[in-house]
Amino acid sequence: MLHRSKYKVLSEGIIECLIRVCGISAVVFVFAIFLFVFWQGKGLIFSGEFEFWKFLTTKEWYPASESNPRYGVSALIAGTVSVTVLAMVIAVPFGLGVALFISEFCSPKLKETLKIVIELLAAIPSVVWGFIGLTIMNQLIMKLFGAPIGLTVLNGAIILALMSVPIIVSIGEDALQAVPDSYREAGIGLGVTRWQMVYKVLLPAAKNGLLAAVLLGVGRAIGETMAVLMATGHAVHIPFNAEFPYLHGLDSVRTLTATIAAELGETARDSSHYQVLFIIGILLFTITFVVNLTADLIVKGVKGK
Amino acid sequence: MTLAMVVPLLLIVGFLLYKAWPALSIDFVFELPKNGMREGGIWPAFLGTLYLVLISLVIAAPIGVMAAIYLNEYAKENWFTRIINLAVINLAGVPSIVHALFGLGAFVLFAGLGRSVLAASLTLAVMTLPVIIASTKEALSAVPMSFRQASWNMGVSRWQTIRGIVMPNSVSGILTGIILQVSRAAGETAPIMFTGVVFYKAVDKGDLLAYGLLDQCMALAMHLYTISTQVPGVPDAVPFATAVILLGVVLLVNALSIVLRIYIRTHRKW
Repeated sequence: MLHRSKYKVLSEGIIECLIRVCGISAVVFVFAIFLFVFWQGKGLIFSGEFEFWKFLTTKEWYPASESNPRYGVSALIAGTVSVTVLAMVIAVPFGLGVALFISEFCSPKLKETLKIVIELLAAIPSVVWGFIGLTIMNQLIMKLFGAPIGLTVLNGAIILALMSVPIIVSIGEDALQAVPDSYREAGIGLGVTRWQMVYKVLLPAAKNGLLAAVLLGVGRAIGETMAVLMATGHAVHIPFNAEFPYLHGLDSVRTLTATIAAELGETARDSSHYQVLFIIGILLFTITFVVNLTADLIVKGVKGK
Repeated sequence: MTLAMVVPLLLIVGFLLYKAWPALSIDFVFELPKNGMREGGIWPAFLGTLYLVLISLVIAAPIGVMAAIYLNEYAKENWFTRIINLAVINLAGVPSIVHALFGLGAFVLFAGLGRSVLAASLTLAVMTLPVIIASTKEALSAVPMSFRQASWNMGVSRWQTIRGIVMPNSVSGILTGIILQVSRAAGETAPIMFTGVVFYKAVDKGDLLAYGLLDQCMALAMHLYTISTQVPGVPDAVPFATAVILLGVVLLVNALSIVLRIYIRTHRKW
């Protein structure tokens, strides 16, 4: 039996204790985030004059009005939804296409290069994306579509698409890599073409992982702040209506995230306007929580392996 | 597909560089902003970003690395571990503006730090924690199980094994994650907007110790937002040059982590 000094045994105990405490830090922080954001917004929630249903469904957002402030976020939700949906329409085919290409069709060397490019694309800060939207994309959209202003749903969606492609590609590629090679061999043995392989073998086999990839992209798009704040034109407006094409890409909108970023600095602490911004924060936290949880459950299965 | 990926990236960077060219110089980094931020350089913002990144790194790195050690070396396969893993994923998915609200509620108001470098760094640290946890975990799990078993069979304790065998064999992988944290923290804007970063703060030119822990500061990402949206009449080249420098810093740091990773892969001992 090796002899160890009491000091060493004790210090080891302390370190292991510390490791365990840090181990649960993530859980603590997730709870803390919810609690503290809720804490700041609770005054209004329990004040009696706040009706959650009205908050969600009315579209009048006049938080700074002296006589009759109204807090309806449906136009802001419509802004978030429109930008996210259009971004996904662009990013999903593109992202899954690149994931398929990287995983199945390209040489190992090209694969390495592409992965590095995608990683760098993911590293570009959101404020730089916003700046690109504000300057380059703005000019481009005005020229191409003859729109009076280029800061629109379309602008924000393109920027968000570029931002969520990397996450879709990397998770999607993992999902495709997880498809056993025996599936591919069986396909080749039956003499399928490349496209039959993709449609009949790979996509069905990897569908859960690919769905999770898309969901994580959606989560990223909903939560993005600076880029949409700078690129979508900042007008409280619902871009949907009954006229074709139903979603009007050249309208300016404002999202939930952008509203908090733009208005929090100008509100007095503990005013109802201040508190309503924290309630929007709780709403955002809940939405992204559900999206991420769903993505994780899809990947790992409900029972957890 | 490949071209569709690479070409826009190069075009964007190229265009940014082209527009920024008239203002870009070494002096631009070390000069103070002048004339309501319409002229001069970005020194206070550059320095502020440096402070925020370093302090958030000092806070997040030990917690993140230890959390990853717990998850990879101690945790058993049960529902509790699954909850921790879920929390890590969700922490990574929380919108950055919600982190800002959290930082404002917890650090600025509740902890009484006020809007300060420390409060902003703490917010950034919480936000970037999942980056460090995820990459450290990956680095640790790359060390073969047989290494640990060999060590345990010699009668070495769990923690001694981690310190003597697991950590030395994964240190470069852990470093990669820490570098990624730096790049993430440098680029974030929303979490620091309401927790310690201001539009303008006067400091001395080239003064490295300009900010105290409880001072407010400027930051590159916030500065780019300010001069491109809030200040009228800024000549085009100034925000473009700021964007190029921010982008340059972030991409350089990221490139460093990629190079390190390739080095690890080619020099692996097992």
